Amino acid sequence: MATDTLKQHDAHAHDGHEHHDAGAMKVFGFWIYLMSDLVIFGTLFATFGVLATATAGGPTSQEIFELPFVLVETFLLLISSFTFGLAVLAQNAGDRGAVLKWLAVTFLLGFGFIAMEVYEFHHLIAEGYGPDRSAFLSAFFTLVGTHGLHVTFGLIWIAIMFFQISKQGLDSVTKPRMLCLSLFWHFLDIVWICVFSFVYLMGAM
Amino acid sequence: MSDIHTSHDGASHGSYKSYTIGLVLSIVLTLIAFGVVMTGSFSLPVMMVTVVVTAVIQVLVQLVLFMHLNTKAEGGWNVISFVFTIGILTLIVGGSLWIMHNIHVNMMLG
Repeated sequence: MATDTLKQHDAHAHDGHEHHDAGAMKVFGFWIYLMSDLVIFGTLFATFGVLATATAGGPTSQEIFELPFVLVETFLLLISSFTFGLAVLAQNAGDRGAVLKWLAVTFLLGFGFIAMEVYEFHHLIAEGYGPDRSAFLSAFFTLVGTHGLHVTFGLIWIAIMFFQISKQGLDSVTKPRMLCLSLFWHFLDIVWICVFSFVYLMGAM
Repeated sequence: MSDIHTSHDGASHGSYKSYTIGLVLSIVLTLIAFGVVMTGSFSLPVMMVTVVVTAVIQVLVQLVLFMHLNTKAEGGWNVISFVFTIGILTLIVGGSLWIMHNIHVNMMLG
């Protein structure tokens, strides 16, 4: 690792110092955005926590959650977080082909996650347990749906990164973007851990 | 947080080993929480504590091993902004649950 990063530092030495700071500042600015996004998810978790038992005569969480199904979703997202890490390592090593390969794998895993979530939502709504059924289901669909929407936009971003890197390679423009995207993707996995633990596992108790 | 700032950033600390350790720990922690809830042979407090503890550990594992959160990058501002956000979240989530629980108890809302 040490030699890789040194090599990379040399390769970019001619870019000028301002450029280096601009890339780092971009990633730090994106981190601040993620913190504000965390507050959004926090408020949705708080709402869900308050309304979790307000089922209005409708189904309770014990009745509608299928934990093995959700465990598979969890593993898809978790492994996709790992494969995105491999894409970042490939970027550090300057291996464009490997970056594209791991981006594609991450996309497929994320797509599988979203497909399963859409199936779950469709199944619930078809049973008459849509967000209009009770305050519990409204809060559930809002929280999990907001996370799913984030993952969907993450997939769009991965697709865009894939084409941009395949077209213009790994340079001072695409590299900071990849790092921002990696933070976004890991962040969504961390939020999902909280959804899995506090919504599904606790709801099934 | 960026591999451009190689001397004091986070990404350069990432390695195949650290990502693999993060993945294995995450899988194990997820399976522990899942197993404790699924077997149904544990009491409610035990299940609650297990789920909360494994979730908190897993969040920390991924923050450090996947997102490379550390006090050295950006002069520690990543961590400071994160701690600030956690403080806000504690107020929002803790305060909401506390207040609404009180209202529920005192007004006997169904």
